[in-house]
Amino acid sequence: MSEPLLSVRNVVKHFPIRSKGLVRRQIGAVQAVSDVSFELAEGETLGLVGESGCGKSTTARVVLNLIPATSGQVLYKGRELTGISRGGMRELRRELQIVFQDPYASLDPRMPVNEIIAEPLRIHGLYADGGREQVRTLMQTVGLKPEHGNRYAHEFSGGQRQRIGIARALALRPKLLVLDEPVSALDVSIQAGVLNLLDELQSELGLSYLFVSHDLSVVRHIADRIAVMYLGQIVETGTSEQLFTAPAHPYTQALISAIPLPDPRKERARERITVVGDLPSPANPPSGCRFRTRCPKFANELTSEQQTRCVEQPPELVDRGDGHPSSCHYAESRALL
Amino acid sequence: MTSEQIDLAPSRRKGAAGEVVLEVSNLDVTFPSGDGPVRAVRGVDYTLHRGEVLGIVGESGSGKSVTSMAVMRLLPTTAKVTGEVRFDGRNLLELSESEMTRVRGSKIAMIFQDPMTSLNPVYTVGAQIAEAVRAHHDVSKAAALDRAVQLLDKVRIPNARDRASSFPHELSGGMRQRVVIAIAMANDPDVIIADEPTTALDVTVQAQILDALKAAQQETGAAMVLITHDLGVIAGQADRVMVMYAGKPVEIGTAEDVFYTPRMPYSLGLLGSLPRMDRPSERLTPIPGSPPSVVNMPPGCPFGPRCPKHTEVCDETEPELRATTSATHLAACHHAEALVGAEAEDVFDTEVADHDALAQLAEETP
Repeated sequence: MSEPLLSVRNVVKHFPIRSKGLVRRQIGAVQAVSDVSFELAEGETLGLVGESGCGKSTTARVVLNLIPATSGQVLYKGRELTGISRGGMRELRRELQIVFQDPYASLDPRMPVNEIIAEPLRIHGLYADGGREQVRTLMQTVGLKPEHGNRYAHEFSGGQRQRIGIARALALRPKLLVLDEPVSALDVSIQAGVLNLLDELQSELGLSYLFVSHDLSVVRHIADRIAVMYLGQIVETGTSEQLFTAPAHPYTQALISAIPLPDPRKERARERITVVGDLPSPANPPSGCRFRTRCPKFANELTSEQQTRCVEQPPELVDRGDGHPSSCHYAESRALL
Repeated sequence: MTSEQIDLAPSRRKGAAGEVVLEVSNLDVTFPSGDGPVRAVRGVDYTLHRGEVLGIVGESGSGKSVTSMAVMRLLPTTAKVTGEVRFDGRNLLELSESEMTRVRGSKIAMIFQDPMTSLNPVYTVGAQIAEAVRAHHDVSKAAALDRAVQLLDKVRIPNARDRASSFPHELSGGMRQRVVIAIAMANDPDVIIADEPTTALDVTVQAQILDALKAAQQETGAAMVLITHDLGVIAGQADRVMVMYAGKPVEIGTAEDVFYTPRMPYSLGLLGSLPRMDRPSERLTPIPGSPPSVVNMPPGCPFGPRCPKHTEVCDETEPELRATTSATHLAACHHAEALVGAEAEDVFDTEVADHDALAQLAEETP
């Protein structure tokens, strides 16, 4: 296999919790990301999925060096991003871009749209060389009318704003786009347009996507491979096909079975695997397997001897005979759809 | 204890299944605004039968929430509401405020999207449920609190007795929403209106809340109006579905009718826009454009400008709901018959990017 475009190795990110008062001593840490590793090949889409608080967005930001990792490595084309100089990072920003979730908050309300899209070109000193024309092409590409370039962000709908964000991200011709919940704020009929656009851009421009989302249906649609996160760790990873036809980790199974299908007969006949309770605090995760406190398998199927292993021994993310890695001592693939 | 016990056995005063419990006709809601009147709801008609779940689906601004707020008479006084809301032989829109207060919470209960704003932060959840019980029943505080614990247990809150003395901020979002459901159940209502009850929650928690809602409905025997933008939730919960667009119902039918044989291009496009988890990736069919502004709506079909089936007649007259294949499956489209057997990708275009521009961009890319 050729060298991956992006390689994330054992990344850890802790946010300190400080005491109140003058001293603000550190009294603990939120373990937002705990030992996450994955790779992304050129032209590929990796979906990072999980519920709120699982660390997926933090991981995405660490990848772009927007927040520094506590430990671990991020390699882009074999070059280490962690601890890189500002100048070095700036150069790499041309190849690594991000599209944010909220198209209302990520565009400057006082800048006309063609300026928003031109800004990356100006910063990198590329505007003088046909920048105007490029902005027009970019707007056209994402399905906006170039003659609307002197309007402001608030004059556009949510879907159009997200397209502006995409045009801005494309301005420097990046190789890798980090898409952080790019369609979560949009109505479905609009969301579909943005997803199709991302599809078309990828096949034409050969982009790689790191697609962060809480929506498994969207991720199945767009991703080649998927990593499922729970409480700061990847619990299962594989191709889209593998994860949806034969999920092996109880959390992945619960997630898939919790998402309602827009098909009345199928939806009513489905087998449900439900988790109990709520997410434990990431400042004080459970010992052993982090999912055990909510795990239906732990609660209903395992003997107390087997449970001891879940409590004491953190499961590793390895292939347990299901054809793809999962981090459950008792992983067992099941067909749920 | 016996005189204090609150008899809330279901079917106590409930009529037979299938009987109409709530009938909304010709409901119109207009808000004043600087740009002229905003017609948020434009002639909504529906009937709700005992024991059934009616799903109302639509995107932001379609008027689905305003419709139910109007039914509950919870809109600000500046809103102009006309039409009729028949419940228990009376028109709710004509009741005095004090009569309406007796209906709200006891006969018709409502569950909102954000449980933190429905609950009072300075009272324990047990006290808040007990308050709802005592608002409509003359019982002692102790009996009401017992009832509160019982209700918390029904919505599957573990250690209900201990939890009753928690404050809302001590509970997770899912737990809070269960408390709100318990309050809705407190007086054994005939109708529960749930407005986006799971939108703020993670999917695994959403599944738990949908179970709790179902339990609440079975326990009280109430009919339910479930408002959501999530077609998956509707598919799993609703017996009948009403699709709203620009303040009007554009399609009504059983869940099977609307999901398997939509007769309004908007419903078809909406279903085609949804990525599906249960099959390998296909092209999605986005609906071009965006919903019309409800200020100064042009004549004709409000979906016309976004509709590939659009013809001249669509610009001239706004289509009324009419029967399609069956008398209970209604659609508001001049071309409903043309959709027989059509798939979303036959009607809508799936290409989004401008291909010439994209090719140029690809060429310039190093």
